[in-house]
Amino acid sequence: MRIVVVGYGPTAHRLVESLTGRGFTGTITVLGEEPRHAYDRVALTSYLTGATLEDLTYPAPEGPATVRLAERVTEIDRDRRVVVTAGGHEEPYDVLVLATGSAPFVPPVPGAEHAFVYRTIDDLNAIRDAASGASAGVVVGGGLLGLEAADALRGLGLATHVVEMAPWLMPRQVDEGGGAVLRGHVERLGLSVHTGTGLNRIEPDKVVLADGTEIDAGVVVFSAGIRPRDELAFQAGLELGERGGIVVDDAMRTSDPAIYAIGECALVGGMVYGLVAPCFSMAEVAADRILGGEAVFTGGDLSAKLKLLGVDVASFGQLSGALDVTYMDPVAGVYKKLFISDDARTLLGGICVGDAGPYSLLRPMVGRELSASPSDLLFAGAGGAGLSGADFPDDAQVCSCNNVTKGQICTAIHELGLTDVAGVKKCTRAGTSCGSCVPALASILAAEGVALSKALCEHFEYSRPELFDIVRVRGITTFSQLITEHGRGRGCDICKPAVASILASLNGGHVLEGEQAALQDTNDHFLANLQKNGTYSVVPRIPGGEITPEKLIVIGEVARDFGLYTKITGGQRIDLLGARVEQLPKIWKRLVDAGFESGHAYGKALRTVKSCVGSTWCRYGVQDSVGMAIALELRYRGLRSPHKLKSAVSGCARECAEARSKDFGIIATENGWNLYVGGNGGFKPRHADLLASDLSDDELVRTIDRFLMFYIRTADRLQRTSAWVQAIGLDYLRDVIVGDSLGICADLDAAMERHVGGYFDEWRATLDDPDKLRRFVSFVNAPDTPDPSIVFETERDQIKPVLLEVTRA
Amino acid sequence: MTIIQNHPETRTGTATAWTPICAHADLLPERGAAALVAGRQIAVFRTFDGRLFAVGNRDPFSGAYVISRGIVGTRGEEPVVSAPMHKQSFSLVTGMCLDDPATAIPTYPVRVHNGTVEVSVA
Ligand SMILES: Cc1cc2nc3c(=O)[nH]c(=O)nc-3n(C[C@H](O)[C@H](O)[C@H](O)COP(=O)(O)OP(=O)(O)OC[C@H]3O[C@@H](n4cnc5c(N)ncnc54)[C@H](O)[C@@H]3O)c2cc1C
Ligand code: SF4
Repeated sequence: MRIVVVGYGPTAHRLVESLTGRGFTGTITVLGEEPRHAYDRVALTSYLTGATLEDLTYPAPEGPATVRLAERVTEIDRDRRVVVTAGGHEEPYDVLVLATGSAPFVPPVPGAEHAFVYRTIDDLNAIRDAASGASAGVVVGGGLLGLEAADALRGLGLATHVVEMAPWLMPRQVDEGGGAVLRGHVERLGLSVHTGTGLNRIEPDKVVLADGTEIDAGVVVFSAGIRPRDELAFQAGLELGERGGIVVDDAMRTSDPAIYAIGECALVGGMVYGLVAPCFSMAEVAADRILGGEAVFTGGDLSAKLKLLGVDVASFGQLSGALDVTYMDPVAGVYKKLFISDDARTLLGGICVGDAGPYSLLRPMVGRELSASPSDLLFAGAGGAGLSGADFPDDAQVCSCNNVTKGQICTAIHELGLTDVAGVKKCTRAGTSCGSCVPALASILAAEGVALSKALCEHFEYSRPELFDIVRVRGITTFSQLITEHGRGRGCDICKPAVASILASLNGGHVLEGEQAALQDTNDHFLANLQKNGTYSVVPRIPGGEITPEKLIVIGEVARDFGLYTKITGGQRIDLLGARVEQLPKIWKRLVDAGFESGHAYGKALRTVKSCVGSTWCRYGVQDSVGMAIALELRYRGLRSPHKLKSAVSGCARECAEARSKDFGIIATENGWNLYVGGNGGFKPRHADLLASDLSDDELVRTIDRFLMFYIRTADRLQRTSAWVQAIGLDYLRDVIVGDSLGICADLDAAMERHVGGYFDEWRATLDDPDKLRRFVSFVNAPDTPDPSIVFETERDQIKPVLLEVTRA
Repeated sequence: MTIIQNHPETRTGTATAWTPICAHADLLPERGAAALVAGRQIAVFRTFDGRLFAVGNRDPFSGAYVISRGIVGTRGEEPVVSAPMHKQSFSLVTGMCLDDPATAIPTYPVRVHNGTVEVSVA
């Protein structure tokens, strides 16, 4: 079979790639009018800001394709099944594909011949040449492309004007309010905006607007819309749309079944698509059909998120609806709008200007039932599932531990001139207990216009990831060395545990070894969790939640003998509470002798890997979730990280282990495992995102290895994976740990191997070391006297701490 | 070796009664230890530069006797311990809570005498 493709733009390139990739064996001849190989038109503007032609050019097609450049097709002879080029060359076809794209619309005004358009490399070369002798430029058209062109002119050093016929910029994407916000951004960059007026005429070096305004300008660029290039199809008598475009069915076939049309020249389902993603889908459909497949084009996603002139602009879904919710902050230059069905339940689409934060969260939800109130969703910042400081009303309780409202925090920020989270904590007590509201504090500070310093605390100017790199690259092994060489003072409760965690991640070893002991928070220092009355809780590891009756009995006996309160935790293990410091080693001894080890419930480390019973017992299970959970828990036990890590494995899609609420959750499929990352229960619940599907056991483990190590390297102090994944982006994460885009995977793998190889049980190592054991006394001068302040009463047949008297001023 | 910590609240004139607590070597740098002296719980600290401090072990914010288990560091020039419960910082020199100046914990004279750490609660 002989396939001939007319036009060699992104869509044609994708078609050829798809055909050869599927093993097409006939001949393909591509005729392109431009004198160069197909290039990425979406990135066209980067050609003016440093990218080379090679950077933009797609790789040359492999296989049976012949490309004829600088050949414009002028005629299709459907009877003879040949196309004829301007140079008189004839190319016979069995199947013809038109991928002729579109051309900029040039309004018929006097002097239009002096103007440029903005579509090809040649156009940009011409604009660049003209700009070198000019000082000002005018872009006609204030839409997406017009603003992109305006930015390019500005970049070429021209005083730039934008003329838009509609009353505001980007009239197709945003309404009047959004246009006003956008205009603010554009004008702040020094561009002049003229809306509500068209062009009267162009004279050499001068543009005259319909309202009489005259602008001296050496360069004029038209960006007033595009028209499908359907002239060939018209000549050949193919059916066209009323307003242009080659009519095709959902198989991309024109009115002549031997001729397909794809990309921006095609009119499918009554629409011409001006974005590259739907064009690519059309190419895939046509390739499939040509090879005998059944693919259909079901419509394209017109969502777009881009940075125009440094401003985030995003729109998705349908841009109208029965109801809409708008958020606008002209000062910050933010405009967001959501369109919702008339029953206020279904998200239809939305627009964001100045903050595309909600875009990634909301775009996948178009057509679905809303998970939160529209205003909550709108206010979701880059990091949030509907929670942002700006969103909270003044009387909202931000810190529930210490009952601090947003109003109190804002008052403190303004009256005391606070500039950082530490200051807010100090002055309001918010965030000083469980700490889960700290991100909200940061977001409130940001909303109040305070720029956050990345410094960890007063002792280090660096963020946690920066400190991690310093320690790693310089091979630093002690806190003293680090603070002497890269900090000041002697540290505090913020930087010491953070550095302790970095040292533990990089160097392994016992967390109570040498100087490290002094860095640990009390939980890590006593390898147990401090409770409100000064006692500790003990949680032995029960991997995957699987436990023998014998071991259950041991736990019961230990609890009974030491008078501890017992409770089943959410992580499928058993918490023993009420232990005094001097009891800890005795309790561990009993547990360790019975085959238990530390569960690291006290550490910023892997906690548990929950599991359901899985395919071994469950009628629905498709994989052994318990076996996998145990393997993972044993692999990652003891791994110190910026924050705690939780995991779960479910044996089938019914998800009984609630894996998607975990930092890394695994759900069995018929073919292997799906890996989800960045989930969270707690203060700010979030479902984990699918990172990879149908992984084998080995692939699963390797991907989790890299995910965890990359998180440990780059996350901020106390940043859970949910916030981290949202901050770096799921696609970027996948590029790094699956595609190895940074070339660090071997390094990450080696780091995890070191961790796995270096693991030992901290409880047992402590029991074996008399030096470390000496710390576990109630009083240095009366080791046998229990702390007299610790008193219990009984409730439901177990102990309960007697309330302590609090005496602060 | 005898090191005497000069202490603002040490009353001059009265003979100070010193109670031995532990060997100086038993105190880890930048870590505290709890001691029971005449029915009172004392938290004794040794800072990085070798100085000794003794303060009350009771955390006024939680009521629990846990100050000795806090992280030792500095705030500006001031040596501090942060309460392990809710992380308020207390000056080891004056006992004042730097996050809430109206709250303070008691401080006690402390010294090393013949290699033994001694405090006075009189
Ligand atoms: C500056 C700019 C920025 C853009 N930014 C984005 C963006 O951010 N996101 C997005 O999704 N889309 C963007 N687009 C749109 C995107 O580039 C197009 O959707 C895409 O290029 C369409 O590809 P196509 O192959 O269908 O058409 P084209 O890219 O137009 O390619 C058609 C090719 O066919 C050739 N041709 C036409 N007629 C003939 C003939 N008779 N004989 C031989 N050859 C012929 C043309 O010369 C051209 O090379 C942008 C476009 C521009 C110009
Ligand atoms: S997730 Fe599936 S396999 Fe596991 S218990 Fe539930 S139904 Fe059974």
